[in-house]
Amino acid sequence: MMTTKLSHTGPLSYGRLLLVLGCLYILTGITVFSSQVDLGAFNIWVILLIASIKASLVLLFFMHLKYEPPLLKRTFIATIFILAIFISFMFWDVAFRQAL
Amino acid sequence: MQMKDKFGIKLGMWLFLYTEIMLFGALFLLYAAYYKKYTANFAESAQELNLVFGTVNTVILITSSFTVAASITAIHNKARKLAIALLATSSTLGIIFLINKYFEWSHKIHAGIYLNSDILTNGPFGSNIFFSLYYLITGLHGLHVFIGIMLLIVCGIMVAQKRIVPGNYVFLENVGLYWHLVDLIWIFVFPLFYLVI
Repeated sequence: MMTTKLSHTGPLSYGRLLLVLGCLYILTGITVFSSQVDLGAFNIWVILLIASIKASLVLLFFMHLKYEPPLLKRTFIATIFILAIFISFMFWDVAFRQAL
Repeated sequence: MQMKDKFGIKLGMWLFLYTEIMLFGALFLLYAAYYKKYTANFAESAQELNLVFGTVNTVILITSSFTVAASITAIHNKARKLAIALLATSSTLGIIFLINKYFEWSHKIHAGIYLNSDILTNGPFGSNIFFSLYYLITGLHGLHVFIGIMLLIVCGIMVAQKRIVPGNYVFLENVGLYWHLVDLIWIFVFPLFYLVI
């Protein structure tokens, strides 16, 4: 068969979009609250973790990535992987500079 | 009738978005490197930023992301008027975001915090870096918001003119992707500039 399913489903229903929006509101509340609590060095990790969860929700549902074909998902993962290489190599560099 | 390669059009948009991720990714990289070196200065400077403005703008952008996504659902469900209303809401929210940004920036500039100002150049080096990154990243992000608003307005007009119709709305989807990316970047800008302690 030549017909390939391009997009697995159409747009999400209003209900599901609203559910995602609700989750994003709650996570925003949590992140603002967490910034008022002093967790020392953990604060930055907590707010980054929550930001990553929020970003994932936007990507998967608002940007429809969850329902796209594997090719699109792979290109996205490759991009994030390259960005992760940049970030890790930079910290690697910074860490060794202190030893000098 | 010309057949449209919808997947190809979408993939092309995503490839463009990857370059945007790299653009802002590099700026966040810069932030990370300086944060490690000047953690205390960064935390002090972040206290200067107004948490209320930041939180309100976060809620505004998240909501506008929802209304854009819902406008695609609306056009798919043949609810043309609802789609136009949702797009109008999205662009209005974008404009409110920029107005807030304008007040926020002017407040900072009046307080003597701007690039190359006396307070920053004579103050701690880390704070100077923090505010340079603040103006650079929020400025570049603001430019993206402005472009996004224009594109949303164009989409609204195209829906009204029936150039975006239930069977053919890939342009709206791509504009939606752009707007979501703008939201995505703000999701990281907000904690890094307003919430670090």
